[in-house]
Amino acid sequence: MAENQEEVKMKRTVFLGALTVAGVAAGAAAAATLDDVKARGKLNCGVTTGLVGFAAPDANGEWTGFDVSVCRAVAAAVLGDPAAVEFVPTTGKTRFTALASGEVDMLARNTTWTFSRDVDLKFDFVGVNYYDGQGFLVPKALGVSSAKDLDGAAVCIQTGTTTELNLADYFRKNNISYEPVPIETNAEGQQQYLAGACDAYTTDASGLAATRATFEAPGDHILLPEIISKEPLGPLVRHGDNEWGDVVRWTLNALIAAEELGVSSANVAEMSGNTNNPEVARLLGTEGELGAMLGLSADWAKNAIMAGGNYGEIFAKNIGEETPIGLARGLNAQWTDGGLLYTPPFR
Amino acid sequence: MSDTHAQSVAFVRETALPPAEPPVAERGVYKWGRENLFATWPNALLTVAAIYVIYLVLAAVLPWLLNGIWNAPSLTACREILDGQTGGCFAVLVDRWNQLLFGFKYPSELYWRPTLAFVLLFVAVAPVLFFDLPRKLLILTLLYPFVAYWLIWGGTIWIPVMALVGFGVGYYVYTLLVQRSFAAGFFGGIAAAVAVFYAAGFIVPMLAPANPLLPAVPSRDLGGFMLNMMLGVTCVSLSLPIGIALALGRQSSMPLIKIVCVVFIEFIRGVPLITLLFVASVMLAYFFPPESQVDLFLRVVIMITMFSSAYIAEVIRGGLAALPKGQYEAGDSLGLDYAQAMRLIILPQALKISIPGIVNIAVGLFKDTTLVSVISMFDLVGMIRGPILASTDWNGVYWELLGFAALLFFVVCYGISQYSQWLERRLATDHR
Repeated sequence: MAENQEEVKMKRTVFLGALTVAGVAAGAAAAATLDDVKARGKLNCGVTTGLVGFAAPDANGEWTGFDVSVCRAVAAAVLGDPAAVEFVPTTGKTRFTALASGEVDMLARNTTWTFSRDVDLKFDFVGVNYYDGQGFLVPKALGVSSAKDLDGAAVCIQTGTTTELNLADYFRKNNISYEPVPIETNAEGQQQYLAGACDAYTTDASGLAATRATFEAPGDHILLPEIISKEPLGPLVRHGDNEWGDVVRWTLNALIAAEELGVSSANVAEMSGNTNNPEVARLLGTEGELGAMLGLSADWAKNAIMAGGNYGEIFAKNIGEETPIGLARGLNAQWTDGGLLYTPPFR
Repeated sequence: MSDTHAQSVAFVRETALPPAEPPVAERGVYKWGRENLFATWPNALLTVAAIYVIYLVLAAVLPWLLNGIWNAPSLTACREILDGQTGGCFAVLVDRWNQLLFGFKYPSELYWRPTLAFVLLFVAVAPVLFFDLPRKLLILTLLYPFVAYWLIWGGTIWIPVMALVGFGVGYYVYTLLVQRSFAAGFFGGIAAAVAVFYAAGFIVPMLAPANPLLPAVPSRDLGGFMLNMMLGVTCVSLSLPIGIALALGRQSSMPLIKIVCVVFIEFIRGVPLITLLFVASVMLAYFFPPESQVDLFLRVVIMITMFSSAYIAEVIRGGLAALPKGQYEAGDSLGLDYAQAMRLIILPQALKISIPGIVNIAVGLFKDTTLVSVISMFDLVGMIRGPILASTDWNGVYWELLGFAALLFFVVCYGISQYSQWLERRLATDHR
């Protein structure tokens, strides 16, 4: 989900901030984050204030979720302790300043990787941990099986987001009309949709699935097959600190590679002892010097995998088909299974 | 002559009839109903319509309320228990009770501390609110901020103690110097207090034990309704004196003071509170290096206090303007100086007139504290919109949670409003 107006505001804020205190901001940004984190003994990780399945504190105040697991894996890789994370909740409006000002070391907050965020806002996206896209939720009773049948439909849409622009583009491209019903938050969207104020509700497909899971009768609603936009969500760090960027990037890659190589939290200890796959040995630090190259201990990836399991385990536990959210792997399957997850080799 | 009567009239009652009850239509509930509900045809129609509307509302709300589920681990479980019947899922309130009140990070074994601070709050505000109580109790009020700070944030006791010493020294210097001139006392007192605070910055780290009696809790861990209460109480009590000072400053004959006050008030009133909060949380982060940030809670308190004091200043200025000029002249003719005239004649009357306006601002301010949820502080609304609704267990419970929040806010705001009405009656001296 990408709030458009906020970015304009954000640019202005960055500009002002840069103008007034260029020295301070630059000093904070250029510092070696890896050393800071090690000295602090805690990773400051920016997350959302709450998104079902991706990040939310449970009844005991412990943060859990898909994005949270990335934070924990990085903390485990750098500090050897998945609990050594200070979670800093950020809203869509405060997330980028929190990262730019150095309040957080990294942001794992279902943020779409876009050109302007990467280039203009001076951040580095280190990878993609969830390939999302904009979809449509409609009641089964509507009798619609494709988004192209939605001619003349009232569509609930969050204002000021890229989803709004995507929707306009899509309907114009297919030469069909629609009537937008503007809403402010996802909660409002659920209510409006259930009250029948709109025929279809559109936002990121993962969000739609989570929303549908809360309905009294989820079976009465279907997600249309069309995905009309690309929303690659991934963790990001400040531009210019490449060592730290490498640490986060390769921790994420290690989780993905672990699934591909069949390393899970259950068998990681055993596999690090005896494996005849040289790539697994390099990944888990029994062979080669990969950890030292990153400035980490040799068992960094082993710690990261033990924190919450490999990518597949994290997916299954937080948002997979066994959970109420019930997302299929889809694009987020390994490349060997027809998905997009493809990590460069550990060599 | 009685005989004539005895023949022409068969019976003469010699005692008075006991008073009969009025006809059914002229008494009790019938009479009341006929006069108030069915007096005329249009009235009767409206009554019937109103009863029907009330029935509709109750028919929808009562089953939901009475049939509510209070014990379930998740929304899905709730719906299974209800099995298609109407009923609220109040189990979320039970499950997340502590989170709603204290936020999700305040250590659960320390909940007694904010609770105690809350109870002590009533002891502390009682002498301020009810001036029939002995004036000596005001000492408790003066001590309360330091005690509450220590209870809620914990850490070394020397920080509140040193703060108290600073204020004490400042006040002592003020009383010494104020005989010479008010300005000397005022600035001398502030200078002395600042000097003590500065020295305390060096002394406290030396005195602070490694394991303080009350473990420290960082501001970031505060949340829930506790945060709303803390922000509301702190900001209202700070903005009232600042607002009075600003209102007097705006009427001052000294150009510099007048300009400063006017610019401050007009600037703050021209800016939405939410932008001030964004400045507090986002912009200030650029001005300070990451490790030496001013506490977020303090930044927010400063911004909200600035905001509400500007509004209170304008309300009080209205009260000052409402006083006849003769009151000011009376003060002058008695030979009172400015401070005495204000304290003894002008302000008591002006503040009395301003009570409804001030209460209006206070109630509004208390509700505005929920705005901090947009800068990712987890107040009551922030807790509901963020962690609780985003948990897989409770995603989709809206009415129960937001209704509970509304109820809490209503109780507090209605209490404030009732107090102000009592105060107005108590201060009514105009014999109307």
